[in-house]
Amino acid sequence: MEHTPPAFFKRGPAPVVRLTFFALLSLAMIVLDARFRYAEGLRGAISLATQPLQLVASAPAAALHRVSNFFASQSQLSAENAALRAKLLEATLAAQHLEASAAEGARLKLLLGAAERLPGSAAPAEIIYGGRDPFSRRVLVDKGTRDGVRPGSPVVDEAGVVGQVTRVHALLAEVTLLTDKDQAIPVQIARNGLRAVAFGGGTSGLLELRYLAANAEVVNGDRLITSGIDGVYPPGLPVATVIRVERDATNVFAHVLCQPAAGVDRGRLVLLLTPSATPASPPVEAAAEKGRDKPSTKSRRQRAKDARGP
Amino acid sequence: MVPERRQHILLPVRLSTIVVSFAVALLLNFLPWHNVALVPDFVALTLTFWCVRQPHLVGLGAAWALGLLTDVGNGVLLGQHALSFSVLAFCAITLSRRILWFGLWTQALHVAALLLLAQAVGTVVRLATGAEFPGWVLAIGPLGGALLWPLVSLLLLAPQRRALEVDETRPI
Repeated sequence: MEHTPPAFFKRGPAPVVRLTFFALLSLAMIVLDARFRYAEGLRGAISLATQPLQLVASAPAAALHRVSNFFASQSQLSAENAALRAKLLEATLAAQHLEASAAEGARLKLLLGAAERLPGSAAPAEIIYGGRDPFSRRVLVDKGTRDGVRPGSPVVDEAGVVGQVTRVHALLAEVTLLTDKDQAIPVQIARNGLRAVAFGGGTSGLLELRYLAANAEVVNGDRLITSGIDGVYPPGLPVATVIRVERDATNVFAHVLCQPAAGVDRGRLVLLLTPSATPASPPVEAAAEKGRDKPSTKSRRQRAKDARGP
Repeated sequence: MVPERRQHILLPVRLSTIVVSFAVALLLNFLPWHNVALVPDFVALTLTFWCVRQPHLVGLGAAWALGLLTDVGNGVLLGQHALSFSVLAFCAITLSRRILWFGLWTQALHVAALLLLAQAVGTVVRLATGAEFPGWVLAIGPLGGALLWPLVSLLLLAPQRRALEVDETRPI
């Protein structure tokens, strides 16, 4: 590469020039994607090429799973059936209590004139595989736009909140787990109603309550539930349990660590909830809408033309 | 000094071989691995191989495009692998004349350095955009890839070693 070829052997620009060009192009895309999230359209276009490969790649594992399901032994199934029956009995009991208290709550709300909260729908999904990015904590589930999944939907399992859908493909959806470093969830302490925001702790697998005053009333073992004030997560879902509170005289804020309630790293079946209230659009969706400015202006112009037409 | 002790005269490479090898590498990358940090990046390995063997056919443009495909397929920051693969291809092309003088295992040492460099570029990009460092487990993938280098070399050169019609008097 270091020899300069004679003019008649020239093969385009020099390698260093090419490297500079492609490196700058990549850097520009990185900035567009990381800072402004303008690249979602391009991502969608390229994913048309990668999706067939991904489908083929995930087929053997899916087939294996199906086969192992088929050959699940009879004793295993009957044991599981008995356990589920017992659980169902418990759940029925709890549901009856809940029904009574929900009716009571509805009556009280009517008395207060508060807006009735619409129950959101839920769709079960299965975690297919862990995220393909060692730098973030995500999983992929087997429901996508085809099943009506929308970005921003909360994801829960039987024990509590798991995370939030951040990107939706045709057949898959990416779920960012609560423990991701960039994931935040508004919570409140079940004991006293103190509101706070829980942030993911990254590789530690814990959550952290930030911006809680050093003298805030929080003790070990406090249960955190969603507060619902963001309009994305329905209120009252279990999120985590406080396991350590450090109050430092040099710091204005307390350092609170919590253990997630749900099997964030373990479960296989999850529920995708539809946001119960009108959701504040999540950052990804908001940016995508910003990027989609052009078609919307076009449609507005179209509408104006239609109005002028007749 | 002779490059590789017993060198075959190879048939010219067919473009279809290159395309198929890249498709298979992408497929291997998209398999549902349990922990993606421990698995070698097959696309990077194949790219290194073709940049070393055919620097005039596979260059920075191909590397960049493959990087974008990997970014989208893995759902990571767009441009992360595009940048690291461009750097990888540049270094591999620059080193291509040197690498082919050595035996397969010494070549693998060079490849380990190249793959680690590519991984380091990707890591620096992610750390700059605010991700947290997942630990030195990131180095396992590239080192595993370098261990696979002799196998990959034999596999990908196999189509060129075969003669079109068997002729005992010909050296090919």
